[in-house]
Amino acid sequence: MNIIVLVKQVPDTEAKIRIADDGNQIDEASISFIVNPYDEYAIEAALQLKEAHGGEITLVSLGPGGAIAALRTGLAMGADKAVLLKAENSRFMDSQAVASQIGKVLEDRQFDLVLCGKKAVDTDAQQTGTLLAMNLGLPVISSIVELNIDGNQITTKREVEGGTEAVSCQLPAVLTCEKGLNEPRYPNLRGIMMAKKKPIDEVVIDAVDSVIDFKFENPPQKAEGRIVGEGVDAVPKLARLLREEAKVI
Amino acid sequence: MATILFFAEQRDGELRKTAGELATVANKLAAKSGGQALGLVVGSNVGKCAEELGEFGITKVHIVDSDKLKYYSTTAYAHSVNKLIEQVNPDVVLFSASATGRDLAPSVAGLANSSVFTDSTIVDIEGESIAIQRPVFAGKILMNIKSTATAYISLRPNSYPIEENPVSVAVENFDPGFDDNSFIVQVTEFESSAATRPELTEADIIVSGGRGMGGPEKYDIIEHLADTLSAAVGASRAAVDAGWRPHSDQVGQTGKTVAPTLYIACGISGAIQHLAGMSSSKVIVAINKDPEAPIFKAATYGIVGDLFDVVPALEAELTKIL
Repeated sequence: MNIIVLVKQVPDTEAKIRIADDGNQIDEASISFIVNPYDEYAIEAALQLKEAHGGEITLVSLGPGGAIAALRTGLAMGADKAVLLKAENSRFMDSQAVASQIGKVLEDRQFDLVLCGKKAVDTDAQQTGTLLAMNLGLPVISSIVELNIDGNQITTKREVEGGTEAVSCQLPAVLTCEKGLNEPRYPNLRGIMMAKKKPIDEVVIDAVDSVIDFKFENPPQKAEGRIVGEGVDAVPKLARLLREEAKVI
Repeated sequence: MATILFFAEQRDGELRKTAGELATVANKLAAKSGGQALGLVVGSNVGKCAEELGEFGITKVHIVDSDKLKYYSTTAYAHSVNKLIEQVNPDVVLFSASATGRDLAPSVAGLANSSVFTDSTIVDIEGESIAIQRPVFAGKILMNIKSTATAYISLRPNSYPIEENPVSVAVENFDPGFDDNSFIVQVTEFESSAATRPELTEADIIVSGGRGMGGPEKYDIIEHLADTLSAAVGASRAAVDAGWRPHSDQVGQTGKTVAPTLYIACGISGAIQHLAGMSSSKVIVAINKDPEAPIFKAATYGIVGDLFDVVPALEAELTKIL
């Protein structure tokens, strides 16, 4: 089974985010970067499928030159090769533009399955996998927490408000992965050494101006909270404040 | 003269709470632009749902009603919405940023070669453009967008209070013309979680427990307080990663982003990725034994103390006054 896994490099979830002076980017100077956490579930799912069915795993990322570090991490986990669609300042590129760039690369390739995270934790846009599927005319199941593939039949589970859905479709397809699908492995030393020799194709893509007109702003600063008191003695006062001052109960 | 189309979600013939929120927003936008708000309900036996949208001032609702639509199908639903879009040519298409809305909206937008403004918190019409605000980085910063093309928007639950304004509804059947390809992605089974508590993203009140809970067996005090308040139960990443709570309970940058009226954080230190997911709550209460915990900076009210004493005492106090 040949599997494509989409990977995005994102700022660490513990990072403080500062808006850059132009208001259209963030200041990335003092940020450390990680593989998008949801993409790790996609990589792990691909590795487990390869272990069961054989085949090859290709990682595809769209991002700046530095995103190659995220691809190396995925290769160290066990993926076979990678493609970097190099585009500077692409973090907030419109999702449709990202999906169509990735779609162009996939058109020439043979694959059975595309896996990706349900969303990237920077833009929170939660749609690149689905838009890619629509562009390629493939079925897509989003936010899966369970996955079984039997022949061409894909059976998954997705959590929704009030319950769990069993969702099915046929290969080839796009699946987006939710936390809970699996426990991503850590790269071991041998994996890290081997990753250095695995091929990464770089394709420079045209800088795509965002088709979306936007500006960032900081969320409104909330008034500093107050300590009502210590221990159980403070409880009656808290209850009174919630009822009479905040009027929330 | 904008046309605002909204997708009203239902399950088993019952409208979801978010349908009222979308109806309220669609009505506001239509009133401001002198246009029209149109509802769409898709499912099996959904005529009653369409009628109920009249409670929120909606006068016209299209329904796609078929036995084949008993369970959700991404492809059949997206096909239905797209065919209606071709007919009514809306300026704004609204979905809820619920699990289903987050699945459906990009499928619809993708078929139209567009994209979605996901999990938006403000939607407005300013002259010829649609103004949208959506949090990114789980709310660490906000993105203000102006769109002049057809805007596909999913709206974060609890962003707008529901306004009731009962009117009578004209319900119109719409046949999008299904074929075999319409059902290639299909829900085959729905397992109800039989939850007695409200859904985390829709709840007015959330009681959340973190690392300070010390283990899964002690969450009963959180659950008791939650039940006293008819609240949902949440958890921090630390508690989920430790296996104490299911990941569907997780609040934060790699979990759910919530905006309840009241968020009670118990034994949660306030890591930046957690704060990102809950800081737009209207009132935040923090209970933590460490007075230096960052959660106190985000909290409206704080109690420094042992949560195993304070939480049961709070439950007892609230039982008295509620």
